[in-house]
Amino acid sequence: MIIFRHLVIVIGVFGAALSVSAGLVWLERRLLALWQDRYGPNRVGHFGLLQVVADGIKMFFKEDWIPPFADRPVFVIAPMLLLVTVLMPFAVIGFAPEIVVADLNIGLLFFLAMSALSVYGIVLGGWASNNKYALLGAVRAAAQMLSYEVFMGLSLMGVVILAGSFNLSEIVDAQKGMWNCIPQFLGLVLFTIAGFAETHRMPFDLPEAEAELVAGYHTEYSGMKFGLFFVGEYLGVTMISAMIVTLFFGGWLGPFLPPVAWFALKTFIFICGFILVRAALPRPRYDQLMGYAWKVLLPLALLNILVTGAIVLAVH
Amino acid sequence: MLSILKGIWIILLHTFRKRETIAYPEEKPYLPPRYRGRIILSRDPDGGERCVACYLCAAACPVDCIALQAAEDEHGRRYPEFFRINFSRCILCGFCEEACPTYAIQLTPDYEYAEYNRQSLVYEKEDLLISGPGKYPDYNFYKIAGMTISGKGKGEAENEDPPVDIRSLMP
Repeated sequence: MIIFRHLVIVIGVFGAALSVSAGLVWLERRLLALWQDRYGPNRVGHFGLLQVVADGIKMFFKEDWIPPFADRPVFVIAPMLLLVTVLMPFAVIGFAPEIVVADLNIGLLFFLAMSALSVYGIVLGGWASNNKYALLGAVRAAAQMLSYEVFMGLSLMGVVILAGSFNLSEIVDAQKGMWNCIPQFLGLVLFTIAGFAETHRMPFDLPEAEAELVAGYHTEYSGMKFGLFFVGEYLGVTMISAMIVTLFFGGWLGPFLPPVAWFALKTFIFICGFILVRAALPRPRYDQLMGYAWKVLLPLALLNILVTGAIVLAVH
Repeated sequence: MLSILKGIWIILLHTFRKRETIAYPEEKPYLPPRYRGRIILSRDPDGGERCVACYLCAAACPVDCIALQAAEDEHGRRYPEFFRINFSRCILCGFCEEACPTYAIQLTPDYEYAEYNRQSLVYEKEDLLISGPGKYPDYNFYKIAGMTISGKGKGEAENEDPPVDIRSLMP
């Protein structure tokens, strides 16, 4: 019976994550259109909802071409690697009390490790493409990931200090009195910025940078392999939004509605935030991106740990 | 930093703006009468063809999509024997309309003439000729020009004096 329950949770989380990220393709296009005073896809089905299905069908019937100059096995593995590493953190996120695939006591570390690994998908994809644009995108991804991963982990340490645990469920429970977004506001800002960089979303989409690098690391990808990179990006958005909600906005906590509904609602708001930022902000130059991470955000993250630790020590 | 937040806030306010998109097939945009769309050949107010087959439109056409052959009828009026516009080549620049000395060739605000068959985009004279005068309702070239046609001799055109007998000594 417990195994059965577990299986349902695993399949449910898997299905929910994938279908949400597929739906995000539609949501993003509609919301971007709304903020640019357009309509976006509104022809296929009600409000263009079936656009996702149409795009999926199109993607499956495209020629899945591997360039002759590419490093074949790595080229094939890279998108899978990205998708798997982005999917893995969903295993430790608690959607409601008891609804979690693996209630790891080092859930937060697991999330950080997996999101750090996700850069391999991009770097290997860019390298295996044997294309200068793809390689440049991959190099950018590696450098960006390196600089943002550092303070991403550090920015979460304040949350860990407050909760006294790496377990995500316990972190959520520790927010019953007050959500972490108030005492850890700086941590929230830093983690959100790092999350944008982590998912290569608009202000930090330099690995892709279609204005300069054609399509960056996935220039040579077509068909469903490109689709995997695409879905991987939206999965990343969902994952980071879910993490923001879990760590800073009390996860499933909330009155009246069932816990899962609260979690979904909060996550949805942050996903919309991701899209809003994409609609609003231009891409910075590459040296600005790196300098910003090392000179501004890293010291701020360290300061956050210092102050939080000092206060917690003083109170106890 | 503040400007970034301000930018995001402004974009968020766009949620409540009117959408600029015109949902085309259901909703047609307003096109001004001088819009450069499908080309037609007009007639003068009396119903005669305005085109005098001067070839100026064909010469002006940058993509050479106009072909015609001049002819003259029994009244002395010039007209095109055939007049052919290949709309698969036409770039709707309107140079032919500007070149036309008789307002015969005109561009209209119609743009919905897509075809499945490329050959169907080659319009012959009977496809191009309309029954009205188009944008210039009162203009009649042969009533204004000094050219003699049957029914209108020398000096009988509008704004034209009768011919002077240069051998006469009378003032």
